[in-house]
Amino acid sequence: MTKTALLALLIAGSVTLAGSASMAEMVKYKVENDGIKASLTGKAGDVKNGRKVAINRKKGNCLACHASKHIKDQLFHGEIGPELDGASERYSEAELRLRLVNAQMVNEDTMMPAFYKNTGLTRVRKKFIGKTILTAQEIEDVLAFLKTLK
Amino acid sequence: MTKYKTIKTARSAIALLGMAVFASSATSSAMADKMDDYKVGDIHSGYVYTAPSTRAMQDDDFENPAFLMVEKGEALWSKPGPNGKSCASCHENPEEDMKGVSATYPKYDPKTKKMMTIEQKINREIVEKTGGKKVKWEKGVMPALSVFIGLQSRGMPMNVKIDGEAAPFYEKGKKFYYTRRGQLNIACKHCHEDYAGKHIRADLLSQGMANGFPAYRLKWQKVGSLHRRFRGCNKNIRAEPYKQGAEEYVNLELYVKSRGNGLKMEIPAVRR
Ligand code: HEC
Ligand code: HEC
Repeated sequence: MTKTALLALLIAGSVTLAGSASMAEMVKYKVENDGIKASLTGKAGDVKNGRKVAINRKKGNCLACHASKHIKDQLFHGEIGPELDGASERYSEAELRLRLVNAQMVNEDTMMPAFYKNTGLTRVRKKFIGKTILTAQEIEDVLAFLKTLK
Repeated sequence: MTKYKTIKTARSAIALLGMAVFASSATSSAMADKMDDYKVGDIHSGYVYTAPSTRAMQDDDFENPAFLMVEKGEALWSKPGPNGKSCASCHENPEEDMKGVSATYPKYDPKTKKMMTIEQKINREIVEKTGGKKVKWEKGVMPALSVFIGLQSRGMPMNVKIDGEAAPFYEKGKKFYYTRRGQLNIACKHCHEDYAGKHIRADLLSQGMANGFPAYRLKWQKVGSLHRRFRGCNKNIRAEPYKQGAEEYVNLELYVKSRGNGLKMEIPAVRR
């Protein structure tokens, strides 16, 4: 084995170790007309998993900031952003996808985290460096769930 | 301990007297809004946003668990260090000598040409005046002394200086406050400026004021420094926190305190 090949292997190894949503695996997406049209994974979202991800404090934690009448089993809904209910009537699927991926592309000053972004951040805690808050499929799942909240 | 109770009672007696004088002009609504004491214009102490039961703990020195630290600090005051000297050797009368001191920190320190917090000042005194060793911020001597000294400013307006030599440090602290950080990419200002008064899940966001710190937090079950609170806020947004006393936090402390200049000091406050 040549030196360069060995080096390449080492680098590849460290990329794999970096986590499930490392830079190398970031899905590319296209923003047009205030939205992202295509599914990030090419697959449909899973409503049931989307609900789980949205509620989970270590994942979407959407209820930290938003309320929903359809999630009564969870106590303490936040008052920061608008109600989740009806969002899919106010926005198209493409617009919602962009808001989940990176709401700061819509409103530069928003408090809403960009759930699919792993660069251009400041002083990220070591264990989260290079990782997105949600995976591409989790974005699709939350989106599918969001569409059920009328 | 009894002593402080007396001070407090005396103070409210004076307040009562004052009210008696104004009784004819004072409206009942003014009396009803005891919260006015915790506000200066649009600036609100964290007290305003805490639960009534937590406020009640702060209101009564006998209920406030931080008063164990006050007692400890009072005892330490006259305990001799390795060179035989104690704080009392130079400041015989802490109730007078330390009055208003905490309200003006962090202060510019000509020696290091940086800002210095009260904890850093305490450590310098321990080393230079009593021949002792620096102590850690969150347990033992430091919370006791910082709370004991802080109490001597209770009720006085917070008053940090931000001009002159402090100005560049103020600017750095301000920049920190408005910079997004962490994986969640949120700045202090988002929570404490844009959405103060709103719930973030179960927590009611305050304006993030510093006039009660070091404070007893129910979550910690002990007294903690302002920098410990900063660390918590940083970790919540998945940002790498700084260590207690790091220059970044010292400058941030200056800026955060300047936002609350005029608020009455509440050390030791009780917070959730
Ligand atoms: C830390 C706060 C925060 C979190 C966490 C958060 N959001 Fe938001 N969200 C906001 C704010 C604030 C807005 C208002 C829009 C703006 O600021 O530009 C918003 C707007 C939205 C909108 C547009 C709604 C409308 O009617 O305008 C949707 C949809 C949305 N959020 C969904 C979500 C979902 C789903 C999650 C979890 C995966 C989530 N948000 C997590 C703060 C948050
Ligand atoms: C994601 C939300 C969030 C962010 C960002 C945030 N904080 Fe906080 N902070 C809180 C919550 C929740 C509390 C506890 C309730 C309260 O007092 O607001 C708190 C409490 C505080 C307190 C104690 C106030 C008191 O009276 O007890 C201070 C001081 C503070 N924050 C300062 C900061 C500073 C400085 C930053 C930036 C480094 C910051 N916070 C970032 C949510 C946040």
